[in-house]
Amino acid sequence: MKLIVSLVTVAFCMSFISVQPSLQASMTRGKKVYDTYCMPCHMVDGGGVPRMNPPLIKTVYVLGDKKRLIGIVLNGLDEPLEIDGETYSNVMAPHAFLKDQDIADVLTYVRNSFGNKATMITPEEVKAVREEKK
Amino acid sequence: MRSSIPVFAGLLFLLVPFSLLAGGDTTKSANLTLPAGFSATVFHDNLGRARHISVAPNGDVYVKLEKLKDGKGIYKLVDADKDGVAESATGYGDYIGTGIAVKDGYLYASSNQDVYRYKINGNELGEPQRIVTGLINKRQHESKSITLDNKGNIYVNIGAPSNVCQEKDRTQGSPGRMPCPILDSAGGIWQFRADKTDQSYSEGVRYATGLRNVVGLDWNNEVNDLYAMQHGRDMLFQFYPGLFSQKEGAENPAEEMFRLKKGADAGWPYCYFDNSRGKKLLNPEYGGDRVKQGPCEDKTQSIAQFPGHMAPNGLVFYTDSMFPEKYRNGAFIAFHGSWNRAPEPQEGYFVVFVPMKNGRPSGKWEVFADGFAGPNKAQGRADYRPCGLSVGPDGALYVSDDNKGRIWKITYKK
Repeated sequence: MKLIVSLVTVAFCMSFISVQPSLQASMTRGKKVYDTYCMPCHMVDGGGVPRMNPPLIKTVYVLGDKKRLIGIVLNGLDEPLEIDGETYSNVMAPHAFLKDQDIADVLTYVRNSFGNKATMITPEEVKAVREEKK
Repeated sequence: MRSSIPVFAGLLFLLVPFSLLAGGDTTKSANLTLPAGFSATVFHDNLGRARHISVAPNGDVYVKLEKLKDGKGIYKLVDADKDGVAESATGYGDYIGTGIAVKDGYLYASSNQDVYRYKINGNELGEPQRIVTGLINKRQHESKSITLDNKGNIYVNIGAPSNVCQEKDRTQGSPGRMPCPILDSAGGIWQFRADKTDQSYSEGVRYATGLRNVVGLDWNNEVNDLYAMQHGRDMLFQFYPGLFSQKEGAENPAEEMFRLKKGADAGWPYCYFDNSRGKKLLNPEYGGDRVKQGPCEDKTQSIAQFPGHMAPNGLVFYTDSMFPEKYRNGAFIAFHGSWNRAPEPQEGYFVVFVPMKNGRPSGKWEVFADGFAGPNKAQGRADYRPCGLSVGPDGALYVSDDNKGRIWKITYKK
């Protein structure tokens, strides 16, 4: 019994160790993408701009359905958006020119910054949404 | 027609650090920093999205809200005992909007597509009369600011629902549309009669065009002309990092003050005012390279320029006598505060004064009232955001905030 518990513990720790570096690497790359393409509108703290650019902090758009989130980055957004009773008016341009890896990294960064905590997004997931659209 | 004064002035503005602009002694009052001799009271609080304000000749303050409060979009604030704090707030109208103006016994107020007026009968407002309807409202730059002249006309800003009229709005590499079709029904200021019902584009006159978005506008009674503050375009550095450094992108383009005669064309979307070069230049989406002027040389030139993205939302000319002589006929401008300067510190969130003579700036601008934003101004997380301005019958200046809905009354005593 003890052996099993410690094996599980070791396995858990190992999986943590193996995930952690890739999360961190993705976060580091994602921050660069964020600072170039996202920060001008969504701001340094992810808080957005009242009435214009929506916040990325603990919203269902960021933490919820991954496909929708990936789709917003690929296709942009030009429809009224309401979060917590506030509406946001600025158009977001499509960012389909970014590579699958860049989009995965930046979304992983956003989903794990500004107080957010959520699973990573992989380049495969981005690719799947991109191909669905075609 | 063209003069080197605005160019010189534009350069001068940029060379003077913000902190030095206030000049002279300052005082703290109601958490605002003001020039010595001035003081402020919190006239009313917590109205929410308090956009423009207008003080009636009897001192009642009308406020237009961009979000309904208790189901109402207009509030009348009354300070019967004249202690600088309103005792009562009465709501009217069930529509949101920005524009409000009291003129010759009527209250005028705008939604994001219509303009209404109400006869002021003593303490009551008459039934709403819709005077303008069906204006473009596409969420972006949708507010309809208003002002009136002395000949029975009302001026309504119709902002362009676009950044710079690209084929794909706010998309890097998308070219500018030529000619820009938006200008037919937006991107300018339209003139209507103040006393006719249900006017729309066909009954109105496109009084001035080539204005991306105007929120602050006012009729200048000293020289009998319309003045407007244009919000300049966004994303010069992000779209053209080869032409603009990050810092230049934060400072450009200028936020501009225009004196508008009928038929004026301020140049949007083809032109922008380059603060670093001190000139109106061709926008990169239209082939600009920060040198080419193209048609911009012959467009209506602004009479004052300010650093980029500070968002001038309120404009009022001061013709009263409560404030010292230097303020007479000058302009107060409420800068709502920037967002498109990150990662450079955000700017604005203050009320500026521009001394003026014969309708032109006669000296450099200075910060008049500061401290609205609080400690997190650089990050753009402001406590209060100045939006509307109006002068009361006693000569006091009122300032509204559309973040929490605070109204200040600023007075002067020798």
